[in-house]
This record gives sequence, C-alpha cells and structure tokens, in this order.
Amino acid sequence: MIGIVGYGAYLPHYRIKAEVIATQWGADPASVTRGLQLFEKTVPGQDEDTITIAVEAARNALRRAQIDPQEIGAVYIGSESHPYAVKPSGTILVDALGIGPHVHVASYEFACKAGTEAMYVAYSHVKSGEMRYALGIGADTSQGAPGDALEYSASAGGAAFIMGREKVVAEILHTHSYTSDTPDFWRREGEDYPRHGGRFTGDPAYFKHITEAGKALLEKSKLSPRDFRYAVFHMPNGKFPMEVGKRLGFTKEQIETGWLVPWMGNTYSGSSPTGLTAVLDVARPGDLIFMVSFGSGAGSDGFIFRVTDEINKVQDRAPKVRQMLDEKKIYLNYGEYAKFRRKIKLNE
Amino acid sequence: MRDVAVVGTGMTKFGELWGQSIRDIFVEAAQQAIADSGVDYIDSLYVGSMSPGLFVNQEHLGAVMADYLGVNPIPATRVESACASGGVAFRQAFLEVASGASDIVLAGGVEKMTDGADVTDVLAAAADQEYEVYHGITFPGLYAMIAKAHMHQYGTTREQLAAVAVKNHRNGVKNPNAQFRSEVSLAQVMSSTMVADPLRLLDCSPVSDGAAAVIVASLDVARKLNKNFVKVVASAQASDTIALHGRESITTFKAVVEASKKAYKIANLRPADINLVEVHDCFTIAEIVVSEDLGFFEKGKGGEAAKQGLTAIEGGRIPINTSGGLKAKGHPVGATGIAQIIELYEQLTSQAGPRQVKNVRRGMAQNMGGSGASCVIHILEAQ
Amino acid sequence: MITARYHREIPQRYRLEAGKCSTCQHVAFPPRPVCPKCKGRSFETVRLSEEGKIVTFTIVRVASEKFSKQTPYAVGIVELQEGIRITTQIVDAELDKIEVGQRVKLVFRRVQEDGRAGILCYGYKAIIA
Repeated sequence: MIGIVGYGAYLPHYRIKAEVIATQWGADPASVTRGLQLFEKTVPGQDEDTITIAVEAARNALRRAQIDPQEIGAVYIGSESHPYAVKPSGTILVDALGIGPHVHVASYEFACKAGTEAMYVAYSHVKSGEMRYALGIGADTSQGAPGDALEYSASAGGAAFIMGREKVVAEILHTHSYTSDTPDFWRREGEDYPRHGGRFTGDPAYFKHITEAGKALLEKSKLSPRDFRYAVFHMPNGKFPMEVGKRLGFTKEQIETGWLVPWMGNTYSGSSPTGLTAVLDVARPGDLIFMVSFGSGAGSDGFIFRVTDEINKVQDRAPKVRQMLDEKKIYLNYGEYAKFRRKIKLNE
Repeated sequence: MRDVAVVGTGMTKFGELWGQSIRDIFVEAAQQAIADSGVDYIDSLYVGSMSPGLFVNQEHLGAVMADYLGVNPIPATRVESACASGGVAFRQAFLEVASGASDIVLAGGVEKMTDGADVTDVLAAAADQEYEVYHGITFPGLYAMIAKAHMHQYGTTREQLAAVAVKNHRNGVKNPNAQFRSEVSLAQVMSSTMVADPLRLLDCSPVSDGAAAVIVASLDVARKLNKNFVKVVASAQASDTIALHGRESITTFKAVVEASKKAYKIANLRPADINLVEVHDCFTIAEIVVSEDLGFFEKGKGGEAAKQGLTAIEGGRIPINTSGGLKAKGHPVGATGIAQIIELYEQLTSQAGPRQVKNVRRGMAQNMGGSGASCVIHILEAQ
Repeated sequence: MITARYHREIPQRYRLEAGKCSTCQHVAFPPRPVCPKCKGRSFETVRLSEEGKIVTFTIVRVASEKFSKQTPYAVGIVELQEGIRITTQIVDAELDKIEVGQRVKLVFRRVQEDGRAGILCYGYKAIIA
C-alpha cells in the first residue's frame, strides 16, 4: 500500500476582509462576497513566505507521521511565490527539519498545481521503490495586483504530505494528469504581479482541465461520484469548485468539507492541498476522497485516496486546518495589508 | 605599584558638533588637558573610542590622534570596551603609570556620532551580534527588558525611572559642557515618545559628539607640578556574559557588583565612605540598577531612592551624576568614561561651581559597556 | 554580504542545536568551546525544545534601518524548557497583550534580509502558545 503517511497544513494568523479591499477600490463588496463567495483571506506576516509556510506545514506532517526525518529521500516544494528566483526553497526546509543532506530537493512551479505535482512525484518515488519516504509540499504567498480581481482571493498557506508504504493513512488508488498549452494566467520573469485572461480563465482553462482530468480518473477507477465521501477541487474563488463539482456529478455536501476558500482565499499551490488536509482532519477509515487540482497554463492533477484505519491515530497529533482558519485571527486594514505585502514604494 | 594622580583635564562641549571632525574634538580636549596640567611632555597616550570604524570609517585612532596632537613618536593606542572604552582607557593609563613604565600618560576618549551612520545599528554592535542583534534587539531594547524585569521583580515604577531623568537634567543645567541645559518635568519624561517599552525618549541618553582627556601622572610628578590633583585610590574592572539572556539575573549587573567589590577592597572602603558617584546612566533604569549594585541602596530600592531625592546634589544621601550624567551631559560613547573622571576631579578639587557637593573627599566613577558585560570602576580621593 | 557568516549559524538558527557538556551535562546555546560551568571541552550536540515562557520583553519602536520597516515589534528573552534563555522576536501577537510569564512556542520565520537583492535570513521566533 502506498500513500500519505503524514500530512500537515499551515495558515498565517493575519486576515483581511474582502469588503475592506472592495471599499478601498470603490467596488461593490456584495459582488465579491455574494458573487464569488469570498469573505476574507489569509495574509502572510511580514516575516512569512513560502519557505516558512512550507516548514510549518511539514513540521505538522512530521508530527503526524512520527518518522525519522533522515529517512525522507526527496523534498519538493511547489509554489509560484518561491522567495528566490534562483535558489531552491527546499534547501532551507531540509536544514530546518533535519532532513538530509542525503536527499533530493527541487522547487516546482506550475501555477496553482505545483503542489499537487510535488505530491505526485513524491508518491512516484516511493512507488518505484527508490526511497522509503518522500515529501511533497504546496505553499504560496500568492500575488494579486492592487485593484485586480485576484486581490480578493490571493492568500497564503500550504500543506505538506509525506508519502510512504508503512502506516499509510490515505492510500493513493489512482492518479491522472491532464495538460495543454492554455494561456489563461501568467507572470513574466521579473514582473511583480500575474496577468490573466479574465473570463478566459473559466471554461477553456479551469473547467476544461478539471473535468477532463476528473472524467479520466473516474474512468480509470470505474467509480462514480456517489462512491466518494469527499471531493476537493482547486479553489480560485468560492463559486468555481462548487460549479466544477456539479459538472462532474458531485454534490455540495461532498465538496463542503474541503471548501476552505470563502474564509481562507486562494492559497494557489496550497489550495487543493490544504483542502485535502481539511478532509483528512475529519475523514473516517474507508472513506474515498476525489481530488483534482488546477494550475494555469494549464493542467490538472487528479488523485483518488482511500482512508485507512491509521487515520484515527494521526488526526490529533497536529493542529487541524479548520482550527488554524478559525482561531487567533488578526485583522488588517488595507494600509497594513499593503505594507505587509510590500505594495508600497519605499525609498530604498 | 606606585601611587597615581590625575593632574589635569580637558573636554569639549558635548552635543551635535557639526563643524568639527573626530580628530578636531579629540585634539581640542587633549590640548586643554595638557595645558591644564602644566606638563611639558607625555610618555604615551590612550584614546578610548567605541566604534570610530562604524561611525566615521576611521580605525587606527591612536596613530591619528598622536599625529594630529603633534606628539609623535610616543606610543598611542586606541582602547575599546564598548561604552566603557573611556573608563578602560583611563585604567590603561593608570596601570602604565602605576607600574613605573611611564610617568605621564594622557588618557582620552572620543566619539563622533552625528556624521550620518545608522547610530542604532552601530550601538548594537556592543551586544551579541549573532544571538541578540540578529533578532532585532536594539540597545534601548536591551535596557527596556532590564527595566521590565526590574519593574516586575521589585515593583519599580514608571515614575521612579522618570525621577532619574528629572534629577540628571537638573544637574545638567549647571554644567557648561552639558548637551542639555534645561530642566524636564516628570510629566514630560513620562509622556515623551516611546522608544522601547517601557523606556521613552527622555529615559535615554542622547546621540552626541564629544571628547574628553585627562593627564595621569605619578604622585611624585603630581606634587612637583604644584597644582590641584586627585589621587586614584582604586581601579577595578570586571566582565559578564555578552548576551543579556546569558545572565542568571537580568536585574543585576554582575560585572558592576564584582568590579565594585574589588574597588572597595583595593581602597579599603565601604559604600558609605564614598561622597559622590558618576554612574553609567545610558538609560534611567541603568542608574537605578547600578546604584543598587554599587551598594548604595538595597536591591530593588534604587527607584524609590531616586524618587525620594536621595541621589540629588542638595539634600541627597549620595549625590549621583552631579555632572548631569550621560542623560543630560550627553554620551559621546568613548568620551563618557573620561568625562566621569573629569567630573570627580572638579568636585574633589572644589571647582564644580554651582553643582559643587559640599565636603567631598572621595568620588567613584562607574563606566560600563554593552548591557553590562564590561564594567570599570575608579575611586578618586581629594588631596 | 553576510552569506558565510549566516551559513555558519544555521544549525543554531534553524534547529536550535546546543552543546551539552560531556562532563557536567550543562547545556550551552549556542555551543561554545569551553563549558562555562566546569571548563570542560567535550560536548555532544542536542536540540533544544521549542516551548518556553517569556522572562522579559520590550516593544521596539525605534529600530536600526534593517528592522525599521517592521516596527513596532516585540523582542523578548524566552526561557526554554531546559532552562536555556534566548533572545527572540515575539510575533503574531497583539503587542499590548504580551506579558511576562506567558507560554510561547518557537516557529520558523524570516528574521532579516541582506537588502533587496541579498540573501534572506531565517530563524526562530516565538508566538504565544
């Protein structure tokens, strides 16, 4: 059996409300809150970045897996906000967690699905027999230009998954990936903020790739949507995952547990991975979980997990993601937010 | 060891000396000291300076000052012990004369702080760079943590801290060389800008330029000069952990306790035998803690003593910082330890004018570096 | 450029590696060549716990240029479970609610950066437990 042996999430304490951003730009708050189902989002502290988020998420994964970090043979961090353009995020993480130095490390980038790609490669390493454990992480401190629609959603957080063969808490039954060249959203080298194709990001991009990957996954597994207890999709806003789930035949009840976006925002590479941790926090043995990510550019990674008896032992070993979402929130005004996110031009 | 005396002094005004460079101010103070003492040569010189390299990019200060003072080729050495640099420079001069190696030595101190350096950053170099400063602590921050702990442990109050600043400003008014010659009220101190809670702007010594110098000579030389001199009856120094967090107690300066014990022993004196003290009040809390650690007040009672006026010139039990202290006189770091000696010299030779303490025979100077990792203490006696 | 200097301290900044004296068991952080208690010179590496309590603290409102964009921020002395004390920032806290004696845990954060284009420097900070 191969799958997740330890998982963990991390969300910052800071928040900004969607209506605060809307008011700043003279937009109608209701169009964001009601229309996009976005109420507030996480904001990284001034001292937080993809690396610190990945470290805290991975610490929680290690607390659950209770393995010797030295036995982890590979670490991949997927993000579109790696603090360095050149220099891997993972080197800092391995030294912080006592992993390696005999370890494979690389930074991944594939817009919002870099995290699930990291998970897939980690899983494949274990499956191939190359190593006992591998760590895949999705984490981001997402960028959204001031006044852009993305500013309501671009948030910070991440999740980490240790893949292995022993004491598996969620077995990976099937995977599938669907990729095509679709320029729906991008950020050029050296640019501060991404650009996107507006409504083009919907049907030709998000919906197409998730439904194609999802359909292939259902076909491979010979399962139907009603066989699943939970479904997790990439969450660029509150509306899209519910809509894509419906198109694939899933119900609101199946999606709701991992649907963190209204209060968390879009954690980009950490989006569907944190959604998965919310499901694992409450899943029971035997539950089937359907998950499809989406990364602009564009592609989707699908996974089918079956939860094992081991889940009962690990759930309480580390903080749960809903706890992080609901507790110790510190709200920022727009000025503080702009300062935290370095949107103010300084005299340096 | 033979007996040693201070035979002459000189200092610049302390403050923002925009028109003068580091060498200008040192030479001014040194020439004054030489002239005041009446000596016609010096065997060597020491210059205490905390960080000329970071403040004005000038190291090798001994050579610079000997050159510009026109005393080449005598030995000239810079001494560094953070904020205790001046006091330790004085101690080197004392030891050199006491040992018999030299008869007349100039001990000076200087700092030029207003030439554009990031002063907070430079001063922090006196703390543990890797394990304190790396984390963003500042010098006011370190003393603020001492204040917070002292308040927590002994009930020292915000008002007691302010009383130190009020008293030192009152003394500073009477010192022509002081940077601040104006009184402040308790209310002004307690409503001044917060720098590092609970310390406010008026709890902190200022950023200053300034230089001070004294001539140290053997007692034989001093007698022949036929003028006022004071005898150095104790010189003691001690060290403690560089990091504040490394200490068993955060509310006591062990280096101050140890150095003062040594000094009292060398001079065969007790705290009650001392008539006035110049202490290192880089922050108001420092004066309170040091006044306890030197044995003048019971541990934890230093704040109350300051509030009750027990450290004032008029009616005080032990006048502290008659010069205005670092708080009002100014704190050009390397010059401070020497300026303390000068205040004692003036008091013990009855030349302190309006701030003269009556019937003084012995004075103590306590100069410390960092958050108390170095402390040097001298006891001087009138002749 | 602070790269070599930063790199040298990584075991302490990232993993709180301390030196435990083989003779008297005294734990020194950071590790040192000579035991401050017994003058012993042989040590084994141990990792400190990530939980402790606030011994004292301040709110820095005037900082050096390097930290000036972060003000006001809290810095405290924290005593870890082993009795070792460290200086560290206390973050994600409402500054007027921090108190002496509060329990904290250590997290991994960015501590400073070497200018806009230089390296990023990480290490421990405390959050209220």
